[in-house]
Amino acid sequence: MSNQNKRKIILEKRLQTPKWIGLLVTVVSVFAALIFSSVFLQMTGQNPFEVYRVMFKSAFGSSYGFSETLVKAIPLMMASFGIAMAFKMVIWNIGAEGQLLLGALAASVIALSFPNLPSIPLIVLMMIAAMIAGGLWALIPGLAKSYWNVNEVITSLMLNYVAINIIDYFVYGPLKNPYGSNFPETETFVRNAWLPTFASTRVHLGIIFALLTAIILYFVLNKTRWGYEVKVIGESRNVARYSGMDIKKNIILVMMVSGALAGLGGMTEVSGVVHKLDPHLSIGLGYSAIIVAWLSKLNPFVIVVVSILFGGLINGGFSIQMHGIPAATATMLQGAILFFVLGGDIFARYKIRIIK
Amino acid sequence: MSEIAVKMVGIRKTFPGVIANDQVNLEIFKGEIHALLGENGAGKSTLMNILTGLYKPDKGEIFLDDVHVDFKSPKDAIQAGVGMVHQNFRLVKPFSVIENVMLGQKGSSILNIEETEARIKGISHRFGLEVHPKAKIWQLSIGEQQRVEIIKMLYKGADILILDEPTAVLTPQEVNDLFKILRNMANEGKAIVFITHKMHEVMDFADRITVLRAGLSVKSMMKIDTDTSELANLMVGREIARGRKNTNKTIGEVALKLENVSALNDKGLLALDKFTLEVHSGEILAIAGVAGNGQRILSEAITGLRELTNGKIILYGEDLSNQSIREIIDKGVAFVPEDRYGMGLAANLSVIDNVLLKDYRNKKYGINFLNSNTTRAKAIELVEKFDVKIPTVDSPVKMMSGGNLQKLLLARETDIDPKLIVAVYPIRGLDIGATDFVHEILIKEKNEGAAVLLISEDLDEIYKMADRIAVIYEGRLMGVLPVEEAKLEVVGLMMSGTDVREGDSNV
Repeated sequence: MSNQNKRKIILEKRLQTPKWIGLLVTVVSVFAALIFSSVFLQMTGQNPFEVYRVMFKSAFGSSYGFSETLVKAIPLMMASFGIAMAFKMVIWNIGAEGQLLLGALAASVIALSFPNLPSIPLIVLMMIAAMIAGGLWALIPGLAKSYWNVNEVITSLMLNYVAINIIDYFVYGPLKNPYGSNFPETETFVRNAWLPTFASTRVHLGIIFALLTAIILYFVLNKTRWGYEVKVIGESRNVARYSGMDIKKNIILVMMVSGALAGLGGMTEVSGVVHKLDPHLSIGLGYSAIIVAWLSKLNPFVIVVVSILFGGLINGGFSIQMHGIPAATATMLQGAILFFVLGGDIFARYKIRIIK
Repeated sequence: MSEIAVKMVGIRKTFPGVIANDQVNLEIFKGEIHALLGENGAGKSTLMNILTGLYKPDKGEIFLDDVHVDFKSPKDAIQAGVGMVHQNFRLVKPFSVIENVMLGQKGSSILNIEETEARIKGISHRFGLEVHPKAKIWQLSIGEQQRVEIIKMLYKGADILILDEPTAVLTPQEVNDLFKILRNMANEGKAIVFITHKMHEVMDFADRITVLRAGLSVKSMMKIDTDTSELANLMVGREIARGRKNTNKTIGEVALKLENVSALNDKGLLALDKFTLEVHSGEILAIAGVAGNGQRILSEAITGLRELTNGKIILYGEDLSNQSIREIIDKGVAFVPEDRYGMGLAANLSVIDNVLLKDYRNKKYGINFLNSNTTRAKAIELVEKFDVKIPTVDSPVKMMSGGNLQKLLLARETDIDPKLIVAVYPIRGLDIGATDFVHEILIKEKNEGAAVLLISEDLDEIYKMADRIAVIYEGRLMGVLPVEEAKLEVVGLMMSGTDVREGDSNV
């Protein structure tokens, strides 16, 4: 043979990935994303280090900045929990955006319809309505998947655009503020419909909901009979069927829980932050949440941490606008991080060896 | 007879631990349809994969038209005119027939679709391979897709065409059509080889036959010089190790009753045809048959994984037909499936999670929560009882060897004190130690009163284990014989689809 001396790079599958390698790969991937993005910033005439410094400082450098970061992180967490639930069963719910919006709409309808209710029943009612609305919205792709095996990626994604149009219809039409100027938005909710905030910040009670949800979700997934079914179905439909698990029922159930959690995220956003429904409520939160869920390897506690980092990214993105840099930089960074982390995964799953 | 197209001499091929072919000789003439007959694992596919350049033989030589050839890849083989139609078609479903034929063709970078279409039409017309060149593959029936595969090979200039079990996926009408086409091709001087284990096809369609057994070529002969019983003998005729493992007579009342059970396979074809059978408690009933004759469908029908289109399944008087899988499990039906990894065990889940699969609803693990101490204790108990070798019960089962996987699976399935055990090819791929262990467990369950339905393609195993032998062929029951009265030749004949009614003692 002529090419006996040629060196070859081969990938060898790891049987198990040590934890530290997984972590190292993630950290290195994030840095790679920062370097990659800095090239584009450089090309647009910005100093990347300055941009990153401003972003970091405004997101994490002051207590005010950090509180705003937390505000941004809350809906991300809620939507990510929902997504993680579905992804755990290998049901690709891409519709968190729409489910979140429908949840916000339902909560708004309650807040505007029952302004005279006392605070606690009103807020509880808003939460229930939001979860039902989000859950039902997710039920549509869930049913289609379960009974006719329709690809849920397409249906759940497409329903996001339907949801946006529904919101538009309501804020331009039936729910439009009759006393306001011509902006497409609802009246501001009565005070009773506002989630309480902490001290002088905008951080609201939703963060407690989110942390509780993380704990509950962790237990449901890891300690309950239902969580076990979800795990087995996610691992192999064949094995689950062989074991007598009802896959159809679980697909529907998981989609509804997934949508309900995203819907609750919509409620905390209108009730805790905006205090009214406007069409710019969610600018892609449901999509960022997919990235968060994936980067967190679907672990609820990791989702909390990664959501805060991404909240910081969104927050920092707004701040750099004041320096004349487009906020889209943050979106680019999100994309780059996902790209590099997914790509970097190959190093976690395979050993690279050079052989002669 | 005309000239020799292919001559294979002294072929030997080994895989780690297995001799797939040894001292195999094969001659194929131009203008003939040649059947390669043998049981599963006899080495038919390996031999043909060597001829088409997919494997390199360890020893032996291949001559095409008396010229020595040395194929390094399937590309070399097709260039020399040897083409193969595999069992699983290699077609791109959303593409048209033309696009599939053009795929992978060398030549100019501009595709000449009209010319390709014209050539396809020419080939179609010449051999009676009717298919619409512009149709997309997914629109075509299985028979038509097979024609596309044949056209692909002819388009590439194949003069020697090999078909690997071409009739396995076809309806009887399609089988007739296929062989009409193959006959046309033979009449034009092409050499046709088809791999099969179905006796009647050989007798109906072949000119010459070569029987392979256990990796050796046993005999080649003209069809007119032989008959089915000689072929059956050549196929399975060997000394069966007569050491019985199952020595206690413990047969009791009727446990499982199948009445006219029919079911379809994944392609929607009838794969189980009015199957009627009784299995008694304390009995091992072995289903003998060449793999792919409805065994898997039978096992899935009994365990509820496959819908019945006809008939009834009764376990101790309770009707199981079309009950949910969960209900059937709860009635005490254990299932050792053919596919350990893809069905019986979840590769990436831990030993604990896998042990729980059938029993996780048991309230002893907690009302809603699964108590991790109890589940762990259960896993450790079974691992120790069955001597399963694993690092810890938290390790994923994909780290385990085949023997240990099967032990774990049996540990779980027998832990629920089953009334009926359906075991499909339970020793496939296992070494002698693990095989003995699996057999011991099945015999122990039988002695304790379970009814055992053992589906096997290994006659040694069947004669060692069975109380009675039932033979399945193309989804039909060919007969049931007590093991003492079951002559090997008779079982062999029944396995190849010959009706042998005098030995029938189906109660």
